[in-house]
Amino acid sequence: MSKLNVEQIRKDFPILQRQIEGKQLVYLDNAATSQKPRAVIDSLTGYYEGYNANIHRGIHTLAEEATDAYEAVRETVREFIDADHTHEIIFTRGTTEAINLVAYSWGNANILPGDEIVLTAMEHHSNLIPWQRLATERNAKLVFIPITEDGQLDMKEAQKLISDKTKIVAATQMSNVLGTINPIKELAKLAHEKGAVILVDGAQGVPHVKTSVRDLDVDFLVFSMHKMLGPTGVGVLYGKTELLEAMQPFQSGGHMISSVWRDKATWSELPWKFEAGTSNIADVIASGKAIEYLTALGMDNVRAHEIEITEYALNKLNELGDISIFGPKDATLRGGVVSFNVDAIHAHDIGQICADAAIAIRAGHHCCQPLMRDLNVMGTARASFYIYNTKEEVDLLFEALKEADKVLGHVACR
Amino acid sequence: MSLADDLYRETILDHYHNPRNHGVIEHPTAQVEGVNPLCGDELTLYLTVKDGKIEDVKLTAKGCSINTASGSMMSELLLGKSVEEANQIVDLFKRMMLDKKEEVELPDELEDLEALRGVKKYPVRIKCALLPWNTMLEGLDNTLNSSSK
Ligand SMILES: Cc1ncc(COP(=O)(O)O)c(C=O)c1O
Repeated sequence: MSKLNVEQIRKDFPILQRQIEGKQLVYLDNAATSQKPRAVIDSLTGYYEGYNANIHRGIHTLAEEATDAYEAVRETVREFIDADHTHEIIFTRGTTEAINLVAYSWGNANILPGDEIVLTAMEHHSNLIPWQRLATERNAKLVFIPITEDGQLDMKEAQKLISDKTKIVAATQMSNVLGTINPIKELAKLAHEKGAVILVDGAQGVPHVKTSVRDLDVDFLVFSMHKMLGPTGVGVLYGKTELLEAMQPFQSGGHMISSVWRDKATWSELPWKFEAGTSNIADVIASGKAIEYLTALGMDNVRAHEIEITEYALNKLNELGDISIFGPKDATLRGGVVSFNVDAIHAHDIGQICADAAIAIRAGHHCCQPLMRDLNVMGTARASFYIYNTKEEVDLLFEALKEADKVLGHVACR
Repeated sequence: MSLADDLYRETILDHYHNPRNHGVIEHPTAQVEGVNPLCGDELTLYLTVKDGKIEDVKLTAKGCSINTASGSMMSELLLGKSVEEANQIVDLFKRMMLDKKEEVELPDELEDLEALRGVKKYPVRIKCALLPWNTMLEGLDNTLNSSSK
C-alpha cells in the first residue's frame, strides 16, 4: 500500500479545486507538466514581494538574500540527485536547453566525422533533433537502439550498437509515451566500456523515481523542474566535473566571465561559466521548494504510489476491450504514463471527449514522431499520473473512454 | 455524461461513420495531399474536372471525426459544381469558420455545414475542419493551371 496521504496532498494544490463547467478537474497530464503546490506558488510571490534583486552583483541586502536563496537550491538539487559537487549543477531553461548545451559545447569539441551517436527509438524530439543537427554538421552517424514488442529497450541490440565508434549514448530514463523505465546503469556501463560518455534525459524519470547519478554512474543528467512540482522555465544540467571543465561555454555575455578586455575574455568558473545573463532567479528558488516537497514525501513513496495507480489503471482500462495500451504490461517496469488508443478513434477525439468531462489528458504524437511510426499509429491518447491522483480519477477516465467508444467507436474500416 | 453537443451532433457523426465519396479516382485531373502536422491528420483528395465542372471527387482520410465529417460534407456539396461556384463555397465556409467578429450566414443549400459552426468554439480543431477545404483549393488551383497549359 502506498504511504502517501493523497487526500492531504491534494489540499496543498490549489488548482485541484478547479471546476470546469461545474465538473471537478481531473488532471491526468502530468507527463506534460505537473501542478504546483502552495509552497512553490508562495515562494514565487515571497521572492517578488520580499527580496527581488539581481544575483551575484549587488552588495545590498536584497541582492545577498536573493543570491543565497538561489545558490542554496544548487545544493538542494545536488543532494536530490546525489551528485558529488554543487558546481556540477547548472541551471538552464529546461531539459531542451540542457541537451542543446551538451550537444553544442561537448559535441562540437568531441564529435568528428564517422563518429557514432547512439540514441534510442523512444527519444523525445528534444533528445533527437540537437543530435541530428550535430551529426549533420559533423558528418557523424546516428544509431538507434530499437525497442522490443512490449516497449522495452532491446539490450541485446544495445550491446552490439554501442561500439568503439560510439562517442556518446543519449537515452531517456523513462519514455514519455510508453512509460518504460530504461536500464540506465547498464547503458552507462556499456558506454564507458567503449570509452564513450552517456547523457540521460531525466525529464520523465527524475520526477518519479529516486535518481542517483553516483549509483547510475552517468556523465550528464538533464531534467525540467516544471514536471516535478516546480515552475516552468527551470531545467538542470548535471555534468561530471572533468567534462564540464573541458567544455566551452554555450551562451556568452554577462555573468559567465571572469575578466573582460575589448578583444578577449576569460570565463568564470563552474557552474557560472554556463549561466550567461540574468538567471531565472524566482523560478530557481521556487524549484528548491518543489524538491523539498518531494523529499519530504520520500521518492520511494512517490514511486510506490505510482506503481499502485498505474497497475490499477492498466487493469481498469483493459476492461474496455476495444483498447490497445502501449508499453510494458508490468507496472513495476514502467512509470505512471499510460498511452493508449480506443478502437480506431482518433486520439484528438478521445482527448475532446475527456475534456468535456473535465479530464485533462494528452493526445497526439507526444513529440515522438519516429516512435509513432514504429508503433504504426498516428498518435495516442495518454494519461499520466502523479502524487495527487486517485483511483477514483482513473474510474472517471474509464467512464469517459466508454462514452467515446459508444459515440465514435466501431467505425467501418477505411 | 454530457458531451459537447456542438461537436458531436448527429450530422457530424453521420458523416463520420459513413463518409461520402470515400475512395480514390484512378485517373484524376488533380490529386493533392493535405496534412495537418500538429495532429498528424492526412488526407488525399482526387478531382476530375471537365469543362470547368467538378465531375467527380473522392477522398481518403486518416483523421479525426471533425476532419472526416468536414471532408465528407464538402465532397457532397461540391460534386457537380463549377470550379467558380466551388471556389465561392470554399471561401464562404472558410470565412464562416475563421471570422471572429461576424457570424457569416450560409445559404439554405449549404445548411449541412451549420453543423460545423460549433467547432469554432474549439480553436485547436478549426484546423481539422479546414484541412479538406484548403486541400480542395489547392486541387482546384492545380486543375486550372494544368488546363491552361
Ligand atoms: C522525455 C522528455 N524529454 C524532454 C522533454 C522536454 O522538456 P522541456 O520541454 O521541459 O525542455 C520532455 C517534455 O515533454 C520529455 O518528456
